Amino acid sequence: MHEPLLAGFPTAGRRRTEPVLRPGNTNCGGCGMSIAFQMLDRALEDRAIQMVIPACCAIVTPGQYPRSAYGVPVVASTFASAAALATGLAQVAQVNGDPVRVLCWAGDGGTFDIGMATLSAAAERDEDILYVCYDNEIYGNTGGQRSSATPLGAVTTTTPRGKDVRKKDIVGILAAHRVPYAATVSLAHPEDALRKMRHALDAHGFRFLHVLSPCPTGWKSEPAEGIELVRLAVRSGLFPVYEVFEGTRTVINVEPELSAEALERYLGMQNRFRGDRLDLARVSESIRADWKRLRRLAKEVEA
Amino acid sequence: MPAERDGDEHAVTAELLSANHAAATAAALAGRANRAGRGFGGGVYPITPQSECIELLCRQEIEKGRIVRVESEHSAMAVCMGFSLAGARAFTASSSNGLAYMAENVFAAAMYRLPIVMMAVNRTLGPPWNIWVDHGDTLMLRDSGWIQFYCEDNQEVLDTILLAYRLAEDARVLLPALVCQDAFVLSHTMAQTEVPDQAAVDRFLPPLDLPHRLRDRAVTVGGLDLPHETEVHRRQLEDALRRVPSVHAECQTAFEQVFGRRPADAVVPYRMEDARIAVVSMGTTAATVRRAVDEARAGGQPVGGLRVRMFRPFPELQLAHALAGIERIAVLDRDISLGHGGVLWSELRGAAPRGALVQNYVLGLGGGDIRPEHVSWVIDDLRARCAAGAPEMMEVA
Repeated sequence: MHEPLLAGFPTAGRRRTEPVLRPGNTNCGGCGMSIAFQMLDRALEDRAIQMVIPACCAIVTPGQYPRSAYGVPVVASTFASAAALATGLAQVAQVNGDPVRVLCWAGDGGTFDIGMATLSAAAERDEDILYVCYDNEIYGNTGGQRSSATPLGAVTTTTPRGKDVRKKDIVGILAAHRVPYAATVSLAHPEDALRKMRHALDAHGFRFLHVLSPCPTGWKSEPAEGIELVRLAVRSGLFPVYEVFEGTRTVINVEPELSAEALERYLGMQNRFRGDRLDLARVSESIRADWKRLRRLAKEVEA
Repeated sequence: MPAERDGDEHAVTAELLSANHAAATAAALAGRANRAGRGFGGGVYPITPQSECIELLCRQEIEKGRIVRVESEHSAMAVCMGFSLAGARAFTASSSNGLAYMAENVFAAAMYRLPIVMMAVNRTLGPPWNIWVDHGDTLMLRDSGWIQFYCEDNQEVLDTILLAYRLAEDARVLLPALVCQDAFVLSHTMAQTEVPDQAAVDRFLPPLDLPHRLRDRAVTVGGLDLPHETEVHRRQLEDALRRVPSVHAECQTAFEQVFGRRPADAVVPYRMEDARIAVVSMGTTAATVRRAVDEARAGGQPVGGLRVRMFRPFPELQLAHALAGIERIAVLDRDISLGHGGVLWSELRGAAPRGALVQNYVLGLGGGDIRPEHVSWVIDDLRARCAAGAPEMMEVA
């Protein structure tokens, strides 16, 4: 029933009998994570996966024991442990020649904050894991507190006047580990998203996907406008769509407009940006600085 | 040069090993024994005085074995959980603040019902930093659902790790097991240790078949519980721990059949036959207690020693049996539950005979050297008492 949200996303490749996330899950309407799971579902085709999910909305959504809305094997890990637990699964699979692909599916809290050391270590060891971070830019599961992925100016339950520092550059951090593949995924660009998910599923070593995941509950936005918000985040330059191979080759996948109109619409459609600390000039300046750096990185490859 | 002993059913090598190396040797033997199964995995992170154990483990050739050098103890246990959930035999080792840092995943491993074996070198929790022995670190984990053994010598460390795998992996148990040894007193002290050959270990440890290992079925391991499910899951854990004593006895017999020596019971008595006074302890303190008991016996005093080898599940019945008829009991704790007293004392009181005088002595914290004269002083103090008092905080260093 979410099909219209997929904006013509190709469905032909799907061969699984069960979706990754089945009906009956408890996600809010308009949850970006639900859409990301639909995209993963299509990217998977008949690949077998096991998922490790730390504390986050994705481990609440399947419902309580003994039922589960997940259509694939899942381990619920402790908050900081996803990449380490997945290491064990992936290594045993490798030793025994199991064809299964091991995924971590974690929120921004489990990735940018509490799981950072574990993630960094697994990336450094180049474990054969696909790590997907669905980033709703808050601790959504605990009621919307700020994380280090919360953007400048956003009001959360622990930054009542708006956050006064910028979010971490997570793909930059992963690229600095020289992992085989690190990319951002826009839910508003399904062909690009599908290509990246397929590449990341088939590549070996540590792969990282960063998905901007709209959260109507935390962003105080309309559930039906999630994809539009992601499109505006991309158009405004706030969410660059790019990929980094081996930590060196940077490719920009979607050219942004970098328009003030897109940025103002993006911020205006979310009540989380109604705090008195929101400084539009500072947000614009940070976007310009990020793109200057990103273009330099992409140009270095071309040169 | 290791000496080969001929004439036995299996080749046994006597080697001069520290208890750290005895532990790594045992883990490698157990790991290789699962090559017919899903293999072996170790998650390793250094901490004094345990590091020599993982260093030796990293030098072992283990078919279908993987060692992951993680970035923290918390991840060491997490990677073991991954190994185990994938059906491999898993091992790690830690100590002191490392165990405190790992604690969240220690509890998780038991709740996932994973038969991971961990060797802990007992070391004082800091700050201030102190690398010497006391038992406060592992006793902090007593409520985690892990089986806990406290060893007295290097051979016992090696044997108990092998025994622990068999016990932990038994379908009636499926719980992780912690094998503890005293820092430096054992960890860095070389002793002649019999190392069994791989064929014997293969016979003792059949391939692990974890019933709930992750396969291709769409299950969610460790999802959400409502209160009723949690009540049931906790009871299942408790029931499994309660089954440990009888399964342990079977494992002891199986061990004896394969290796020709019987691992000690949960409670180890020394000259308790006609004793009216008992001195109870854990770990290497028990060897010192034996010296003091011998001296007291030579002086005509009816004193015996009891060593608690298995702390979880707590051997209440065995203790009650061993303490029947005892009038005065000294409990030596190399630990303290601050604001209460020794942990062993606080648990043992329930197993003591009605009317017995049970006095707690807290000694040897931070590696303070417990000598026979300290135990003799304890025995004299216990005999002179009219009633038990507050825990006696002794300074022996």
